[in-house]
Amino acid sequence: MTTAHAEAANGTLPHEPEKATLEGRNKVLAFWLFLGGEAVLFGTLFATFLALRNQTNEGPSANELFHLPLVAAATFLLLVSSLTSVFAIQAMHRGRVTMLRNWLLVTVLLGLCFLVLEIYEFSVYIRHEEFGMTTSAFSSAFYTLVGFHGAHVAFGILWISVLIGQLMHKGLTVVTAPKIYVSAMYWHFIDVVWVFIFTVVYLLGKVG
Amino acid sequence: MDWITTVDHKKIAILYLWAGGIFFGIGGLEAILIRIQLIKPMNTFLDAQTFNELITMHGTTMIFLGVMPVIFALMNAVIPLQIGARDVAFPFLNALGFWTFLFGGILLNLSWVMGGAPDAGWTSYTPLSSTGYSPTHGVDFYTIGLQIAGLGTLIGGINFLATIITMRAPGMSFMRMPMFAWTTFITSAIILFAFPAITVGLVLLTFDRILDANFFNVAGGGNPVLWQHIFWIFGHPEVYILILPAFGVISEVIPTFSRKRLFGYSSMVFATILIAFLGFMVWAHHMFTTGLGPVANALFSVSTMLIAVPTGIKIFNWLFTMWGGQVRFTTPNLFAAGFIPTFTMGGVTGVMLASAPADFQFHDTYFVVAHFHYVIVGGLVLGLFAGLHYWWPKMFGRMLSEKLGKWTFWTFIIGFHLTFFVQHFLGLMGMQRRVFTYLPNQQFDLLNLVSTIGAMLMGVGMMIFLTNIFLTSRRPADAADDPWEDGRTLEWTIPSPPPEYNFKQTPLVRGLDAFWKEKMAGHKAMTPSEPVGSIHMPSATILPFLMSVGIFIAGLGFMFSRDEFSSSVMSFLFNNYIVTALGLLITFGSMLMRSLFDDPGWHIEPEELEGR
Repeated sequence: MTTAHAEAANGTLPHEPEKATLEGRNKVLAFWLFLGGEAVLFGTLFATFLALRNQTNEGPSANELFHLPLVAAATFLLLVSSLTSVFAIQAMHRGRVTMLRNWLLVTVLLGLCFLVLEIYEFSVYIRHEEFGMTTSAFSSAFYTLVGFHGAHVAFGILWISVLIGQLMHKGLTVVTAPKIYVSAMYWHFIDVVWVFIFTVVYLLGKVG
Repeated sequence: MDWITTVDHKKIAILYLWAGGIFFGIGGLEAILIRIQLIKPMNTFLDAQTFNELITMHGTTMIFLGVMPVIFALMNAVIPLQIGARDVAFPFLNALGFWTFLFGGILLNLSWVMGGAPDAGWTSYTPLSSTGYSPTHGVDFYTIGLQIAGLGTLIGGINFLATIITMRAPGMSFMRMPMFAWTTFITSAIILFAFPAITVGLVLLTFDRILDANFFNVAGGGNPVLWQHIFWIFGHPEVYILILPAFGVISEVIPTFSRKRLFGYSSMVFATILIAFLGFMVWAHHMFTTGLGPVANALFSVSTMLIAVPTGIKIFNWLFTMWGGQVRFTTPNLFAAGFIPTFTMGGVTGVMLASAPADFQFHDTYFVVAHFHYVIVGGLVLGLFAGLHYWWPKMFGRMLSEKLGKWTFWTFIIGFHLTFFVQHFLGLMGMQRRVFTYLPNQQFDLLNLVSTIGAMLMGVGMMIFLTNIFLTSRRPADAADDPWEDGRTLEWTIPSPPPEYNFKQTPLVRGLDAFWKEKMAGHKAMTPSEPVGSIHMPSATILPFLMSVGIFIAGLGFMFSRDEFSSSVMSFLFNNYIVTALGLLITFGSMLMRSLFDDPGWHIEPEELEGR
């Protein structure tokens, strides 16, 4: 298995190029730590949302507002994008640069679709339901939590796009590999957070 | 220019020290003004609004912009040396952390000249900090300034964690790591898990104030107590972010000047971890009087008192280290010895405050003020003084004057106890904190006068310290590698100040107190763990500075985005978020540059190493 990989990696790159240098290992470790901090950040946002989710101030409530099929579609897109980023990392470990680029492109594209759906969802709420940032404590908490996640997705899209450009320009090296690996970690994290948002915000909003 | 682009941890340490020192001076002046106002009853030296701004800025400046950067200065100066590393894990991020801190601090202090400082207390309790009660931009400066500064702290925390985990010299297991490295490690972990909470809190408050959100606005369904929870789930661990590094300093200084190894090293390590863990469990003891109910109050009361156990272990271990040692009372050790009883007194009043029913009496009186100043000034600041005097020769290559150092110690500690000891009694007699004056003939007059005189004396102590620094800087650099002669840890094995690559050869660590162990075995230097070779160094870069400038501009732009300006150009720029966008463009542009152009760094070759 390992030898097959090494052969595939055209003999110059180690099997796990993201962990080949001290800088690379530091980057991966520090990113795990950073995600720990991000978990606290989203945890605090979730706590805020849970505390305020019934404070609708005579504005629309979660049950009236949410349209689950749309959110389910967005969820599906994001979950699949996590899978494609796994394919990208697998391609990287096999040293297949073109395949790596293609899977990253698919990931970015799925992320973009998710973002478009989210923007559409928000615009419907604001235009037709008169549900804006200032409507109620519930609305403030909703837009802040879901919007923070959306901003993370947007940042991830920009980041991975830059990395695709870098990959094309410099190829797969021990410098670019940790960056790609770390961005995939980030993308999974965003995905996990979304699973919680789907449960706590949308499902609980419909049935809770 | 050299200083703006540097990524060397030792230079960044000096930058932190200077910037933190200046903010510390500003916070100190604010304290003196507060004490002048309170020198006599019904004083008219300051008006109520200015007093509110001063107490808010004094607390905020001292905690976030005064002592934390000085802690970071010591960590940056010492940690890579103590663990035998050539640098921190991320030199670029290290510089970025400093610059975001500095620009956040500058933004916060601009409030004095740009239409009113924050006036809602350093805790910014809602609704006092909402636009209804605080209509100026003051609190916006607080939320956005602290947000930017907090970013720098978080970056620093992650950097130290990664550095300590991966870059220790061969042979240095975790249980052979110096105590200051341990406390830095644990402090960084607390930073990592506490700061994101305040990040969210500040965002919510900013949204409430600038975007008219309803998080803390009761009329819109919001909940002001939510702010208190978020603030203190960060704020209580913050206390340990401040005090643990001081514990670390004391644990370095006392063994060195007692010529003994630290008593109970492993119990010290586990006490540190336990304190950090419990620190997250006790936030609601700041909220006993909010009405959480007897069950919550009882639980938080007990968990708070539990912290006294690991802290007590530390106190006794320091005493046992000195016991039977060949104690030398140099300036650093004087401060360390002064720290022990002073901090213990702060701890005892802490246990008193942890008792929920008693807290209903103490709440918002000068008793609380006395308690936390005993912990933070009598604990942390004495610890920082000990650390600065101790490592000054390593950082700057010059010994501070012992004579002036002792003068600093005695004036400062006498002034400190004069200022704050009497405040316990003022509080017990019912004097409220945060009120800008008091009525005569309530038995407050004399004790307040004493307190103010004490504050002046602390100011004198600071002036003596500054004089010491000034006189020392005019002398030639002459400190030996191991100027205290009994150095125990790795930083004392290399020249003072260290060369930019720190260690010519990474040392091999053979036990706790690595250098002491070699000395006892009759060796003059550490055994190297590698041959002399080419050393890879990161390049200097302006990008961290530019990124921070960008965030600074974006923050200002966002803050004024809803204002009405007399000039139409200004309105256009701010109301359309053009300034904000411009700032973010600078930041993201710099990030893009960093991403696209890899830094190959440069090498110091063996011949060069031998040449010096």
